[in-house]
Amino acid sequence: MISLDLAVNAIVSGLLLGGFYAAVTVGVTISFGMLDIVNIAHPAFIMLGSFVAYIVNSSFGIDPILIGVVMAPVFFLVGMAVYQIYYYAFERRGEESIQGLAFFFGLLFVGEVGLILVFGVDYRFVEAPYIGPSLHLGFVDLPLRMLIPFLVSLLMLAMLQVFLGRTFIGRAILAVSQDRLALQLMAANPSRVKRIAFGISIATASVAGALLIIIQPVEPSIGRDYIGRIFAICVLGGMTSFPGMLAGAVLIGVAESITATFYGPSWAPAVAFGFLLLTLAVRPAGILGR
Amino acid sequence: MGAARFWIVSFIVAIAFLLLTRGLIGNEYYFFAAYQVLQFIVLATAWNILGGYTGYTNFGTGAFFAVGAYSAVVLHKLTSLPLPVMMLVGGVTSGIVGFGMGYLTLRLRGVFFAIATLALAIVAQTLIVNWDFVGGSRGIYVIRPQQSPIYGSYIQYLYSLMLALTWISVAIARTIERSTLGLGFNAIRDDEQAAEAAGVPTLQLKLISTTLSGALMGMSGAPLPYYVTYLDPASSFNLSYAVNSVAMPMIGGMTSWIGPVVGAVLLGTIQQLATVTISSALNLLIVGVLLIVFVVIAPNGIVGLVQSRQRARLR
Amino acid sequence: MPASILEVRGLGKRFGGFVALEGINLTVAAGERLGLIGPNGSGKSTLVNCLSGTLHHDSGTAVFDGHAIDGMPAFQRTRLGLARSFQLPKPFRSLNLVDNLRIPLLYTVNARHGARLSAAAIDERCRALLADVGLADKALHLPRDLTQVEMRKLELARAVASAPRLLFADEAMAGLSPSEVEEILLVLFRLNEQGITIVLIEHIMRAVMSFSTRLVVLVAGQKIADGSPQEAIRNPEVERAYLGE
Repeated sequence: MISLDLAVNAIVSGLLLGGFYAAVTVGVTISFGMLDIVNIAHPAFIMLGSFVAYIVNSSFGIDPILIGVVMAPVFFLVGMAVYQIYYYAFERRGEESIQGLAFFFGLLFVGEVGLILVFGVDYRFVEAPYIGPSLHLGFVDLPLRMLIPFLVSLLMLAMLQVFLGRTFIGRAILAVSQDRLALQLMAANPSRVKRIAFGISIATASVAGALLIIIQPVEPSIGRDYIGRIFAICVLGGMTSFPGMLAGAVLIGVAESITATFYGPSWAPAVAFGFLLLTLAVRPAGILGR
Repeated sequence: MGAARFWIVSFIVAIAFLLLTRGLIGNEYYFFAAYQVLQFIVLATAWNILGGYTGYTNFGTGAFFAVGAYSAVVLHKLTSLPLPVMMLVGGVTSGIVGFGMGYLTLRLRGVFFAIATLALAIVAQTLIVNWDFVGGSRGIYVIRPQQSPIYGSYIQYLYSLMLALTWISVAIARTIERSTLGLGFNAIRDDEQAAEAAGVPTLQLKLISTTLSGALMGMSGAPLPYYVTYLDPASSFNLSYAVNSVAMPMIGGMTSWIGPVVGAVLLGTIQQLATVTISSALNLLIVGVLLIVFVVIAPNGIVGLVQSRQRARLR
Repeated sequence: MPASILEVRGLGKRFGGFVALEGINLTVAAGERLGLIGPNGSGKSTLVNCLSGTLHHDSGTAVFDGHAIDGMPAFQRTRLGLARSFQLPKPFRSLNLVDNLRIPLLYTVNARHGARLSAAAIDERCRALLADVGLADKALHLPRDLTQVEMRKLELARAVASAPRLLFADEAMAGLSPSEVEEILLVLFRLNEQGITIVLIEHIMRAVMSFSTRLVVLVAGQKIADGSPQEAIRNPEVERAYLGE
């Protein structure tokens, strides 16, 4: 007998989670969907964002979202540096496949192990006034620690969408993602544009990481669960489309939430990966098509 | 080196390792450490058949390895088959998993294949974690037999088995490398569409590659329960197997059987030393950093560096 | 009436909402030199991809040498004798030129019923094929040591190595100088003399007109002309397609 109460809360919780998952994924939509750079190390940057938020919050008590936003420019610079190395080592030589993949895999691994060495394997959490209380609408619970990140995620997505559509650099990024040659003919240097775009993608990780540690306590190996989620959402969303990505994120969020509620949390990691395998096998163009 | 010379020399080397080390009966540590390095040689060689020869990057090594280990656990609980038979069964089950994975991912472009392998590993781990018969997330204890079926301690027996498997794996890799099959693998790696247009049955060859690679990995995992005596999903599916099996061929060189051997011996020995002297987390960091450095600076690995120096000298 | 080696009826292909090919009817006679032309985006390469098996067509049928090839994987079509060269050369970069040609010999010629070639015979044939296109002295080089026109020749040599009965030469001359175009044309003429039916997809009108015994014109995914080169050019629709309204 499925309790309606439980089911509705699971769905709502999944929706809020889905919005957050979109913030986690948008960086990869940019780097992989638009720029064709297989940054599987993105979860490592998100974990870095979480731990940065943890340090500053536990030392100075500053709000984690504020930390995430303030640190975003730093992450932007880090992203640009990483792209420079990737460009010098791989893109320039035209051998982007296995070695490029191994490069990012190495980064992912070094990131996780590095965090373990510095912080250990204990769970870390942040303190903020909205972690704890919930809104109650009838029998539906809206925990603020999930609602606020949900809203911030949507805000960030909207801002990025505007940036890509309205500013010169944003449109240059869209152009690069569609036709590198055309951009060259327009006398814009594609690698400069890609560098900025990659920097932006890593900057989103700063904010996403801060949101993550608000939603749940983190420890370094959580990043691994996110690899599957991120790429599942990216593929489901059709790789380059923001609305598609949001739809995919919500779909996975709800699926995970229902699975965790009714079958136990130990099955949750398999949900996203299962979706990914299914999507790749059946409809690689995503749910909204390309 | 020519075929006949390879078989003779490698066989002599293998027998030498077997016989000369009998004298080290007192020093069990050598066998513990050497077993690990040999295991890595097998994993690296197996990975390279799919990765270096055929061009498909597999991040799910842990899954195949663990399937072999857990197959052995199941057989241990239900039967009393000798370990070499368990290794064969482990190889068969992992081979089937490899075949299945290949079949599901056959239409995927290289990158998506890699991510799918990671997905598969997580799914497999989740299944094992929820399977109480083999201990689930609590893990399972396996009693290491007192008596070794041949000579010496049981650890020496495991060492001999792994030595034999290493020799077989390297021999298989070298045979493939010089055969029509190997040339077909290389064509797929270089340009799959062009290979298909040239008459290469790419689907069949890819399935052979994933199955063989998975089977060898599974065989190397089968003795693990007796080696560690306590097996749990977290350690057997550990991402360190994935990173090592990628790093060793990359650092050693991916185009020939020598690369994975060089990479495995080098990295394996470094890790053994580091685990003893520093912490084991730090030694994983070293592997990761070395991987990044080599991939950026020497994409063709140590073997590649040696080859280009040879070519430069010829000019 | 020469036997037809390729019969295409009502072939269609879409990508999502975009119709790349629609209702293509085509007959290729054995031994002829067919030119396939059309403006950019008219579907020429898509047609080659569908017939060679790189893509699968959505509707219609294709029969090659008496065999229905709908849905057949590309490698099987090659083994039946239908070969193609790629517009942008796709050599096997880590293999030297001899090995590049060894692949089709091992996987196509040796895979057919009949006598299998020995390793020595294969080696000899590789070198003979390279010599045919003037690449004998670079036999042990890697593709990256080749010039543009040499890459095109390697591409053709590899397609020919599979001993085809029909060859699709997909824009083998794009971007080459006039003398280089001549070189490639000579190779194609010689192949045709040896009995290989050739379908030449090309933009360079001079080459197409001098080479083709018959011309097919594709515009926006549909065939609008099919006849002798002189007739096809004078077709008002063809003029409109190339010169605009």
